[in-house]
Amino acid sequence: MSTAAPLLELEGITKRFGDLVANDSLSMSVGRGEVVAMLGENGAGKSTLMKIIYGLVRPDAGVIRMEGRTLNIRSPRDAMAAGIGMVTQEFSLVETMTVRENVALSGVGLGRIDARQHRARVEQAMERIGVDLQPERLVSTLSIGERQRVEIVKALFHDCRVLILDEPTAVLTPQDVRALFVTIERLRTSGLGVLFVSHKLREVAEISHRVVVLRRGTLVGERVTQEVGDAELAALMMGSTTASTTTTTDTDTAAAAVGLSVPATNRDASSPASPDPGARVPALSLTDVTYEVRGHPVLDGVSLQVMPGEIVGVAGISGNGQTELTGVLAGTLAASRGRVEVAGQDITRSGVGARLQAGLGRLTEDRRGSVIPQLSVEQNLVLEDLPAFTRRGVLDGAAIRRHAEELIERFDIRATPTDVIANLSGGNMQKVLLARTLARRPRALVAAQPTRGLDVGAYRYVHGRLEDLKARDGGVLVISEDLDELRSLCDRIVVLFRGRITAEVAPAEATSDRLGRMMAGEVSA
Amino acid sequence: MSINLLAALAAMLTVATPLVWAGIGELIVEKTGVLNLGIEGTMYAGAFTGFLVALRTGSPWWGLLAAILTGVVAGLAMAVLSVTLGLNQHVSGLGLTLLLIAGCEFTFRMLYAGGRPKLDDKFDAWLSDVPVLEQHWLTYVAFLVLAPGTWWVLRSTGLGYRIHAVGENFEAAEVAGISVNATRYAALAVGGAFMAIGGAFLTLAVLGSFTLNIINGRGWVCIALVIFAKWRVWPVVLGALIFAVTDALQLQLAITTAFSDVPREVMLALPYVAVITALAVWGRKVHYPGSYLKAYRRA
Ligand SMILES: Nc1ncnc2c1ncn2[C@@H]1O[C@H](COP(=O)(O)OP(=O)(O)O)[C@@H](O)[C@H]1O
Ligand SMILES: [Mg+2]
Repeated sequence: MSTAAPLLELEGITKRFGDLVANDSLSMSVGRGEVVAMLGENGAGKSTLMKIIYGLVRPDAGVIRMEGRTLNIRSPRDAMAAGIGMVTQEFSLVETMTVRENVALSGVGLGRIDARQHRARVEQAMERIGVDLQPERLVSTLSIGERQRVEIVKALFHDCRVLILDEPTAVLTPQDVRALFVTIERLRTSGLGVLFVSHKLREVAEISHRVVVLRRGTLVGERVTQEVGDAELAALMMGSTTASTTTTTDTDTAAAAVGLSVPATNRDASSPASPDPGARVPALSLTDVTYEVRGHPVLDGVSLQVMPGEIVGVAGISGNGQTELTGVLAGTLAASRGRVEVAGQDITRSGVGARLQAGLGRLTEDRRGSVIPQLSVEQNLVLEDLPAFTRRGVLDGAAIRRHAEELIERFDIRATPTDVIANLSGGNMQKVLLARTLARRPRALVAAQPTRGLDVGAYRYVHGRLEDLKARDGGVLVISEDLDELRSLCDRIVVLFRGRITAEVAPAEATSDRLGRMMAGEVSA
Repeated sequence: MSINLLAALAAMLTVATPLVWAGIGELIVEKTGVLNLGIEGTMYAGAFTGFLVALRTGSPWWGLLAAILTGVVAGLAMAVLSVTLGLNQHVSGLGLTLLLIAGCEFTFRMLYAGGRPKLDDKFDAWLSDVPVLEQHWLTYVAFLVLAPGTWWVLRSTGLGYRIHAVGENFEAAEVAGISVNATRYAALAVGGAFMAIGGAFLTLAVLGSFTLNIINGRGWVCIALVIFAKWRVWPVVLGALIFAVTDALQLQLAITTAFSDVPREVMLALPYVAVITALAVWGRKVHYPGSYLKAYRRA
């Protein structure tokens, strides 16, 4: 083979799951010192392709070549040996192990591991990549952003020539994304090929040289990044079907994808807030809510009100109390102090059932933890509402099916009622959760990272439904690390820093720079 | 009342030895997320085949080797059921125990319908004790090699990291290039061997004979020990010693007159009560391995 052979080359990769063709004869390549972005909606088959390259999924057909040499990749071990490293979309860390032990796992042998020597190497690697973490910390004590960094250190720890990043920025704050891009650039100039999976057009435009677009398992386009516009990419990625379900033009969708706020006229403003006399009772009210872990406040006297017909955003860098705030509201954590009310009803000490009864809706950060993976879509859809579907002590299958079919239709869920929910893509799973929660017509909704990891279509869709709820006089609390999301969606944005609400801004005044400084603790920013 | 302390201590180490072997065997298996309820049957089969082969060949070494092979086969059988076929671990393990005990009992009755066979005198060299604390060499190996060795392997080797990863998170293991099923097969085979050695210790090193009911729930005690130890090596050893202390104490108490009014059954139950109490006190708020009881299938 000539030296002109690309670093990594895929040819005719095909993978079916039953009837579903997840990858349909895909061919693409990555060169030395090149960053190739792969764009595609949720469920397009991006992760499947990445897993095939890394040996986690066996393809039905196709060839993978490295510098012209055909590889036989049967497991990640083979991929690593060939110089391929990968950060998977879902975390693959052992929580009960330390950072260092997790890094050691990749391609680990059987023999003795000298902890001290290994720690020094891990520290060096982290320094090189620009990650600051204590090697002996348990992963279970790390925030989501920190865990992501461990994953990257892990993938880069071994000599790799092609690095696959499957939606690496989905969980990162803007600052972390910056740092990641600096790292990618550094690796690229050293000759590494990078395959960067994303659904954020702006990131793709910034980091990649070439873009390949995947839709429903098929490669629908390949462009040189510099020569292609956002609108064209968005249109390629979403195809005509998605575009037609939205009321906006492709350009607007593209604008949303790149995070520009969509003009207010295009918003889903179906009806103005009705002048209900009782409506001035806050939909959700927190008074001095404190949550302590071993005497140390992780949430420190949080007071906040969400009025009916209002969307309030909580901004902050992960690890500043967001997870705990969601937990205290959702009923999975017990507040140490303070008071939580939904539509005037005190739910501080209530169980989950009573909270739902009081009119609280929940959309938590951990999607997979919010469903019962082995159950079907329809079973998961009625989980929070079993009494309503029980007749004489027995579940009413026909009613459940009707309910599921209606929600699937209404929420555009791409699945059948009997599909096992674990097999749904992230976007579809989020739609199921959204349908489950909104079907109960909540008065207050707590939505944590509601669009994390979703593609443009699903992103806009989720926002549309949240705005619908607002229009129907529901109050929504959005906890998010996506500043563009907060700016385009919220009426007010508060900043959570070290467990306290340290600032409040109107979306119009919340520039990235200003919010960034507030999130870093500069109160007067 | 007079309790001979040194005798009690010696008895304690002897009683603890099979529990340490089998308990550590079970710990290794459970660290990979498999609950092997075949332990009771594996110990039983180890005790039986070890004895039978020693009796027939006249060599305890062949007996020990036969026990080890039996344990490996029993472990692999559990692996086929729970790992390859992905069957429920409780059912697989209990089924294996029932099958092994019934098979051994049947064979024993067929072979020795009337009498009660005993290993003959030439086994004395094996049965007689090493002078220090009058313990058998398998006891020293259990406390001085097996326990620290397992602790070290789990803590400081790549193999230990692999076992930990497989037991906690399949995806993490797979992404790191660690085969979940191969690791579980290996752990079940090695763990089975240790369990069988624990059983064979009773026939080859303590009694010199085989009796029905010889294991008498020791396997179940080990299951409890591993949980109470929260899957850590030294607490398993400690738990085995607690069981043994109460057992040795119970034996010593039974031969003193002061407790002659207490029914024998109550005395015999003491060590089991001790383990249950320990489990209730320390075994709460247990973090089970993340992949405990789960079968793994690759996409
Ligand atoms: N192990 C599997 N079994 C069945 N279907 C699967 C499996 N993995 C993925 N799929 C399906 O394949 C499609 C592509 O999924 P995926 O590659 O994860 O998409 P993406 O990463 O682009 O969001 C989805 O419809 C998903 O439900
Ligand atoms: Mg994906």
